[in-house]
Amino acid sequence: MDLSLSTRTVGDRTVVEVGGEIDVYTAPKLREQLVELVNEGNHHLVVDMERVDFLDSTGLGVLVGGLKRVRAQEGSLRLVCNQERILKIFRITGLTKVFPIHDSVDEAVAASD
Amino acid sequence: MATVDLRFSASPEHVRTARLVAAAVARRAGVDESVLDELRLAVGEACTRAVGLHKLHGLQTPVRVSLTEGEKTFSIEVGDDAPGSVPQQRDGEDDTGEETDELGLAVISGLVDDFEVAADAEGGRIRMSWPAAAAV
Repeated sequence: MDLSLSTRTVGDRTVVEVGGEIDVYTAPKLREQLVELVNEGNHHLVVDMERVDFLDSTGLGVLVGGLKRVRAQEGSLRLVCNQERILKIFRITGLTKVFPIHDSVDEAVAASD
Repeated sequence: MATVDLRFSASPEHVRTARLVAAAVARRAGVDESVLDELRLAVGEACTRAVGLHKLHGLQTPVRVSLTEGEKTFSIEVGDDAPGSVPQQRDGEDDTGEETDELGLAVISGLVDDFEVAADAEGGRIRMSWPAAAAV
């Protein structure tokens, strides 16, 4: 399965819905999307990972890269994920301390720093 | 003697194939369903690292994956041809991939209890194994 990406705006947040597999092959597409959004002035991102089937360290690297970019613009990057197998990867790498992870897009959009 | 041997050109698009093959052979070997997700991730990380090392050193040779069904264990060895492939320290200029080599190994060590990385002048190997009940 390939990677699917779609974006929508909710208030001042940009929601990126990601589906499929994020790995060494597909992660560059996600990186391009995040870079493009930040360059276009979208500095508050919510990455919805509910439809992600697979995530590896390359994907984590891209998300960390995205976080660095939005923070440079005083923005934010929040994740939406309820899937235990995906959450586990954030836990074993200690990245749960780096990313705010929410149960739903509504919750992520409503959250403030 | 490996149960299944896989060689693939060091390109990112083939890593998924390696994950799928490894999971399929592991399932047949009786590895518990509950650890197949972790096995898939770990073998993907090992292959991703090998592909990255081959690219870094401009190697044209394939990455090797050996899947071996033992009596009580299922083992996977991922071999690369990169000389002395210790984790690379790269500049943090670009924000992709720079930490993922180390992060990949961190993911594997977090997932797999029985895991070792070896490297010599010929190349590197990542060995991992999981308990397997004999499939009847």
